[in-house]
Amino acid sequence: MFQKEGLRKERIDRPIKARADDVYFLSSLSEILYLLAPRLALILFLLLFPLFSPNPYVLRIFELACAMAIIAISWDFLVSSVGLVSLGHALFFGMGGYIAASLSAYLNLPIYLTIPIAMLLGGTISTLLILPCLRLRGIYFALVTLIYPLLLVRVIEATAILGGTLGITGIEGFPNHFFEAYLVVVALLGSLFGLRRLLNEDVGMVLRAIRDNDQSVRASGINVTLYRALGVFIAAAMTSFSGAYVTHLYMFVGLPSFGLEYSVFPIAAAIVGGIGTISGPMVGAFLLLPASEILRALGPLRIVFYALLLVAFIIGKPEGIMSYLQRRYHQIERWVEV
Amino acid sequence: MSIRGDVILEVSGVSKRFGGVKALENVSFELKEGEILGIIGPNGSGKTTLVNVITGFLRPNSGEVVFKGKRITGLPPHRIANLGVVRTFQNIRPFYHLPAYKNLIIPLYSPRAKKFTEARFGDRDHLALDLIEDVGFERDSPIPYKAAAALPHGYIKRLELARALALRPEVLITDEIFSGLSAAEVSSMVPILEKLRMGGLTLIMVEHRLRELFRLADRVVVLEYGSKIAEGKPDEIIENERVKEAYLGTEVV
Repeated sequence: MFQKEGLRKERIDRPIKARADDVYFLSSLSEILYLLAPRLALILFLLLFPLFSPNPYVLRIFELACAMAIIAISWDFLVSSVGLVSLGHALFFGMGGYIAASLSAYLNLPIYLTIPIAMLLGGTISTLLILPCLRLRGIYFALVTLIYPLLLVRVIEATAILGGTLGITGIEGFPNHFFEAYLVVVALLGSLFGLRRLLNEDVGMVLRAIRDNDQSVRASGINVTLYRALGVFIAAAMTSFSGAYVTHLYMFVGLPSFGLEYSVFPIAAAIVGGIGTISGPMVGAFLLLPASEILRALGPLRIVFYALLLVAFIIGKPEGIMSYLQRRYHQIERWVEV
Repeated sequence: MSIRGDVILEVSGVSKRFGGVKALENVSFELKEGEILGIIGPNGSGKTTLVNVITGFLRPNSGEVVFKGKRITGLPPHRIANLGVVRTFQNIRPFYHLPAYKNLIIPLYSPRAKKFTEARFGDRDHLALDLIEDVGFERDSPIPYKAAAALPHGYIKRLELARALALRPEVLITDEIFSGLSAAEVSSMVPILEKLRMGGLTLIMVEHRLRELFRLADRVVVLEYGSKIAEGKPDEIIENERVKEAYLGTEVV
């Protein structure tokens, strides 16, 4: 980016063997630390934050950020590993929220049943809704996913089912702050490391191969639609979990759960954090959610500043924070003479 | 020759239209177990369309394909591949982000390959290395571990062949496997195919390079404008006036 007379910028991998993709050759404590330190820092931050958070408001923001981070991770997984661009994560989010709310308010099921059921059922229903469109790709698939949540909002409005425009109240809250905070922290860590593990298994390789060249995967005797559906289910279930969690957090669910915000936020977080890095979207969510809370002081201008922040990011660091950090961590930059 | 004589694949009366263009017009032929059948024809004569119809990537407007007595027309491509009719692609795009040998994890993950190998996670790496060695990658060199994107064209072609072989096909259909290869690369590919036939594989080779094909094929089918214009042994085909016309144009002849 910056030019210097007669010099050229050079990037070299750090001389640590542990980075070779397949061969783990750890010979010293420093190499082990080199690999583990970023992960440990993250895990410790997430586990310790709830204990040291200054007040309930900050803790609430932290919990929301965790829930949104799960959504952002699932969006990134769907885009960069399954090759499907979703503009309708609000469908998954609202589905989880409404299922949990109905189970809790109408059937009086306890919270430790509503959330898992909402996660699985939300994932299943969303996948079934999207199943006929799995043959579509790119912009066509994106448009269909955009339409579904809008459609459901109108259905709920028009038929006044599930609380209509008023939403559902009388939903059980979390029994205590400890449970409330650690449920979402554990879910976030689970999604993060679970997905990373999945992508390194053979199934993950099949998913990414479908993204690259689905014809070749078909010719290799693999049912492409089935694996795409599996990818959608994983993303939908993760997002439905967040929907159910946030619903219990607010003890309320309404039409905003199917709102555009939940479709756009994961995209913004993934762009800021770095698409395709899995952990990047989480970092993005942890920056954007507090940012939008701080900007609340600006009143109606909030969205303008929020949008400008995003634009600045897309122009300034299109690769995303995480890609940048990973590069700085794994490579040395230096100027050499041409 | 180990042609056992039983018909393994039968294509009968297949027609395929794209709008007004007749890509295939009433094409029929039989494939016997253990033989190598060549399919040749000028550009645009419908060779690749025929491969697509047999392997389920395209649905014919009429006609049917029967594999071992079972009608396979209309089945999705992955089902046909799992039955043992496997193709390679002319325009190959390997899974570029994966190391070469890891490309074979994908077909090894198919139900058919799983049935044969009973491989679990991790074992497939060894199977993949065995397969890639069979098509002429030097196992102890760094080449199998390189990203597929970094391979020379000849290796990518052989990788594509290995991808199909990972399914242990009964009928293998190669779509222009020699195209874009240097003379040296072709002469290293021919023994691989000869070895496969020794192993009892039945092959359909869709080909542009006639000299290499005529050396390998037992029988040749010639297409022109979507219709079959000739069928016979390679030396008969070379002498066939109709085929000369199709390739060289009437005026020259």
